[in-house]
Amino acid sequence: MAGATKLMNLTLHVWRQKGPSDPGRMVEYKATNVSPDMSLLEMLDVVNDELTEKGEEPIAFEFDCREGICGTCGLVINGRPHGPNKAATTCQVYMRDFTDGDHLYIEPWRAAGFPVLKDCVVDRAAFDRIIQAGGFVSVNTGNAVDGNAIPIPKHQANLAMDAAACIGCGACVAACKNASAMLFVAAKVSHLALLPQGEVERTERVRQMVYQMDAEGFGACTNQAECEAACPKEISIDFIAKMNREFMRSCTLSQKSRGDSGGTG
Amino acid sequence: MKLESKVPGGPLASKWTRYRSEMKLVAPNNKRKYKILIVGTGLAGASAAATLAELGYNVHAFTFHDSPRRAHSIAAQGGINAAKNYQNDGDSIFRLFYDTIKGGDFRAREANVHRLAEVSVNIIDQCVAQGVPFNREYGGTLANRSFGGAQVSRTFYCRGQTGQQLLIGAYSALSRQIGLGKVKMHTRCEMVDLVVVNGRAVGIITRDLVTGRIEAHAGDAVVLGTGGYSNVFFLSTNAAGCNVSATFRAYKRGAAFANPCYTQIHPTCIPVSGDYQKKLTLMSESLRNDGRVWVPLKAGDKRPPEQIPEGERDYYLERKYPSYGNLAPRDISSRAAKQVCDEGRGVGESGRGVYLDFKDAIARVGEHVIREKYGNLFDMYAHITHENPYRSPMRIYPALHYTMGGLWVDYNLMSNVQNLFVIGEANFSDHGANRLGASALMQGLADGYFILPYTMGQELASVKKEEVGTDHDAFKEAASSVQQKLDKLLAIRGKKTITAFHKELGKVMWDHCGMARTAESLQAALRRIPELRADFWQNVSVPGQGNDLNPSLEYANRVADYLEFAELLCLDALQRNESCGGHFREEYQDNGEAARNDAEFCHAAAWEYAGPDQPPIRHTEPLVFEEVKPTVRSYK
Repeated sequence: MAGATKLMNLTLHVWRQKGPSDPGRMVEYKATNVSPDMSLLEMLDVVNDELTEKGEEPIAFEFDCREGICGTCGLVINGRPHGPNKAATTCQVYMRDFTDGDHLYIEPWRAAGFPVLKDCVVDRAAFDRIIQAGGFVSVNTGNAVDGNAIPIPKHQANLAMDAAACIGCGACVAACKNASAMLFVAAKVSHLALLPQGEVERTERVRQMVYQMDAEGFGACTNQAECEAACPKEISIDFIAKMNREFMRSCTLSQKSRGDSGGTG
Repeated sequence: MKLESKVPGGPLASKWTRYRSEMKLVAPNNKRKYKILIVGTGLAGASAAATLAELGYNVHAFTFHDSPRRAHSIAAQGGINAAKNYQNDGDSIFRLFYDTIKGGDFRAREANVHRLAEVSVNIIDQCVAQGVPFNREYGGTLANRSFGGAQVSRTFYCRGQTGQQLLIGAYSALSRQIGLGKVKMHTRCEMVDLVVVNGRAVGIITRDLVTGRIEAHAGDAVVLGTGGYSNVFFLSTNAAGCNVSATFRAYKRGAAFANPCYTQIHPTCIPVSGDYQKKLTLMSESLRNDGRVWVPLKAGDKRPPEQIPEGERDYYLERKYPSYGNLAPRDISSRAAKQVCDEGRGVGESGRGVYLDFKDAIARVGEHVIREKYGNLFDMYAHITHENPYRSPMRIYPALHYTMGGLWVDYNLMSNVQNLFVIGEANFSDHGANRLGASALMQGLADGYFILPYTMGQELASVKKEEVGTDHDAFKEAASSVQQKLDKLLAIRGKKTITAFHKELGKVMWDHCGMARTAESLQAALRRIPELRADFWQNVSVPGQGNDLNPSLEYANRVADYLEFAELLCLDALQRNESCGGHFREEYQDNGEAARNDAEFCHAAAWEYAGPDQPPIRHTEPLVFEEVKPTVRSYK
């Protein structure tokens, strides 16, 4: 029961960076009289309101749904993307997860593929470009057959859903020492490769997406599984293995005919 | 102002089919000459952008998010309705139509709702084709579940993430068009004004949220899929970024705003726990199948729930609505919870909460059955409140969830401004005074995939194409008025935070224009809001600059619009002297039930902006019921 709430005092060390070309630095702030029932982002809101009242510029960080589904928020908290909780996003971190007197180090995702725009806000447009390269089924509106004309085994549909649960937050990249985006890409490749609807473009899709992922400057996977541990939707690295198989398969199968106008569009 | 619904003639069931085959078309080689500006990339906006690009239009899409995958459509958990009748349980297009129009308390346009029911079946097919991983039966067919307001199983779902999966489907279709160069995507780009020349929408003004640059975009049509305005109440289940600015600014440029007082308050949300809270979280309504709602019999009883004996508990829903009990409809349950809290019987630290107790259900069927049915919801509750709902009852309270009102549109989804189209939650069209569960996803995708792509062609082909470039004075005027407003916000440098104003506005709205409204409370709100607005423009503190990423400036700009829009909402509520759906006026009730007044209010109210210091003008579009007869909704 939330009855006897003991307020907490914490020291924050927050990454401040004026813009993409500013080198940036850690700045210390005090968070006082913090209720343990507050979320971490609510605590930062209060710190920001105090900064505003003092005429200082508040800390820029991103959030939207505040219930763990939109994928907008993302802070590295004490070295861990999305903080200490398993299967949770930054907005699902509560102050009760820390102790009175703690120092919190709050930083943005750090990866070459995710340049910092300001403070703790990064640009994740690289993820969108990877999807644009092939993360879809090429079916125009109006072309669909009846939904039940494509029966899919329950187990297969469940597995596809496990992969599709990715919210595109980028914690996998932030957690990886190589800043690899392979869990993100593998989730989309697997989601569609597991379904009959994705079969037609299966070969070309994985190639295009992997090429784009490399072009964006993300690193390779060295099987440390840090991504899986940080993933708020607990997406399994088994999907990375699946993507590697899909990629190998595509390399042996994909011989383009000269008349092929190409692309998955 | 002319409000012409453009509903085609003929029998209700064949209107859409016939209209579709008779409507004007834009030839394939001409489509690329039309530049379409689509604002918002949620279910409605993303599906429209993808589909219009597939057809060959030159599409530009805009979102204030960092990616078109983030819109709040993503948070919908339950599912999406479709009249597939896969369960062989008697569903039909007519039944879905009737449930929806009755659920809306007979305050929506018949023809629009019927069309929605018709295309619902195509939506499921389209989403399956895109690879949306709907839940399946062992035989591989699509699974369904039941939802409120219906006696059939017609809801399709993807675990508890239906909205997310449907949005990812639309996002992937949109991404494909972006990759093909058919859609130019503008992310972190917020629409800040609409440009209208001679009664026609010719473009928009945007602010690049990273550089602060104000930019003009000219187009042949503007589509707003910018969602609802629940956040005018500060605390709602909506995402923090949801705002009324795009639709409100369109209103100030001449688009009529219809039925702003139709707001939906959902009964089962996690209650407010502190002053610092910025949003509320919804708990699925399905929990009321097994949970019993109660409060202490005596006011001020602060004992923990376990220590309150049965005889001192008031299971007020079961007492007041014996035949529906804990499954009384949303509006009724919400109002009843407010009432017991007003009597001082609310629970939790704030006193604004009621218990949802599973003790009896756990004793009856065992904890494992409850865990299997609701495990993820119980976990979510435990996560937020740090309480174990298997041991002690959940605390819940109603919260703002959805807004049925929006910009007025005709049958073609076009506003009264030529070539300004409005889709999804942003328009007023399909839910009347109350929306049924699993219908929001259906409407957003219906508009974007299957209705607008047809009706837009009809409108574009009906008027002569005119090029208005961004060098036109109207663009310059709009851009400079936007810039002036932003400069003014930055120049105030007051002492009060933006949040403080938003919070205070929310409190005024919740107290005076929330679950129960009276002429008196609304008048009080109408006195308070202008004061608050004046205070805002004197004393708000907007830190930072205008030429870079400045979340405070974005927020202040949106709150400034809420401070004006709130007045319109209250005015609409004051003028609608009846109770219907989510709009409950205490003066108009029949033993606690909403009392509609069909003789005087069987119409949509559409408000016309009349200038900064002028009261807006109320226009009406009569609602004509040819197929169904409006009846009294009774739940006793």
